[in-house]
Amino acid sequence: MENLINDFSFGLFFWQTLLFGVLLILLRKYAWKPILSAINDREQGIEDALEAAENARKEMLNLKSANEEILKEARAEREVLLKDARDIRNKMISDAKEVAQEQAQKMISQAKESITNEKLAAITELKNQVAELSIDIAKKVIQQELSSEDKHLALIEKMLKDVSLK
Amino acid sequence: MQKNIINSILLVSFLILGLHGFSQHQENLTKPEDQEAEKDLKNEIKNDIKHHVKDAYSFVFFSNSKTGESYGFSLPVILIDNGLHVFLSSKFNNGNKLVHIGDTYYKLSHSKIYKTDAKGTITLNAHGHPTNDKPIDLSITKNVLSIALVSLILFLIFSGLAKSYAKNGLIPKGIGRFFEPIVLYIRDEIAIPNIGEKHYKKYMNYLLTIFFFIWFSNLIGITPFGINITGNIAVTFALALLTFIITQFSGNKNYWKHIFWMPGVPVPMKIILAPIELLGVLIKPFALMIRLFANISAGHIVIYSLLGLIFIFKSYLGSSLSFGLALVISVLELLVAILQAYIFTMLSALYFGFATEEHAEAH
Repeated sequence: MENLINDFSFGLFFWQTLLFGVLLILLRKYAWKPILSAINDREQGIEDALEAAENARKEMLNLKSANEEILKEARAEREVLLKDARDIRNKMISDAKEVAQEQAQKMISQAKESITNEKLAAITELKNQVAELSIDIAKKVIQQELSSEDKHLALIEKMLKDVSLK
Repeated sequence: MQKNIINSILLVSFLILGLHGFSQHQENLTKPEDQEAEKDLKNEIKNDIKHHVKDAYSFVFFSNSKTGESYGFSLPVILIDNGLHVFLSSKFNNGNKLVHIGDTYYKLSHSKIYKTDAKGTITLNAHGHPTNDKPIDLSITKNVLSIALVSLILFLIFSGLAKSYAKNGLIPKGIGRFFEPIVLYIRDEIAIPNIGEKHYKKYMNYLLTIFFFIWFSNLIGITPFGINITGNIAVTFALALLTFIITQFSGNKNYWKHIFWMPGVPVPMKIILAPIELLGVLIKPFALMIRLFANISAGHIVIYSLLGLIFIFKSYLGSSLSFGLALVISVLELLVAILQAYIFTMLSALYFGFATEEHAEAH
């Protein structure tokens, strides 16, 4: 301790304090302040960048899920549309069938009606012809009756044969 | 680490003692002149070591003891004693000449300047220390020059690093790539854990400066220029004093309360604890001062002793052994250089942390 006190140099202490003080002030202004603030800025920048990246990732995820949602909706819509189309087609086909059937029914019934009408007309005409024929035959029979009985009968026979219902 | 150094010192002293006996044994066989020469050499080495650990008024790179020549340059001596006296230290001629200014004589003795009479007598006290008056000595000594040099190097490196950020878009360049992680380490591992997020910013200047100053001073001490900045008690005293002053000035209510009126203990204990705590306030920076001084001085003395052994042994085995040891210790000193800077910074931060601690917890 005695040695230490003897070795203590006030001059060196003075200069050390002075130089160190100057060094402190100079380094604070020209070194530590800019260095620490640069490091701080850089760290802040990295933090911000990381945060931005995280946000972008989240946004992307959101976008992706939104896209999927849209896709899903679209798919569902397509499904619905297809189903509707199928229904409409089926309905149209069945409608058409019905209409066609109705038409056909109608035509058939018309045809039937006209056939009946024709038939009636034909029958009437036939009746008329038969009546005329009968009258003709009767006329001829009556004309021939007078000449011979036999011939008479034969004639009727023959006549009837010709008239066999057409 | 201190244990390591103590171990090294023990090892070296053991070697010196052991081999001393061996060489004495040989001495009996050698001629008396040789013994004389050997004794001279030992004394010379001893004085060299003593001289080296102390400050000097000239920057001597190497000297020749036989011719008395030394290669280096003198530094200005500045004395305040009835006015300002400035002259070159070469006037002392290595302590062989008195400097006569006005009616006072100044003598350089053991790296100190004393006032003497015309004959240059120095009276010694019981401890062997001179009792002569000393002038106020503000000389630019070797250590002052070295401190200025270290400060300049620090300024150039770190202002360069600061500029490289601006130029390079927040990315350090060149030597800054090496120093930036250390700056970050001091912030993240020393300042923030010890002082806390809230207060650490205002101490960063001091912590960074003191860390790099001590580290670089220690490193420059390992160079072969024989500089010993941090192994000087005046330097470590100045550094410790700064830590002490900053600690006391940043002490908050809680800090003073813990010193003078320890909360959570009975009143008699409070009275007993106050002087102890007050003593602790002084002991903490004192320990800082002594730790740095002792570690660096010890390292220097060990390396110098080992180097001196090379010349004492004068044999291939002994000299190469001490050369190897000196190399190992030098590498160890490299580690000690940064370790002591770390410890000083770390403890300073810890003390600042104590002073600014806010939560009043019951101990």
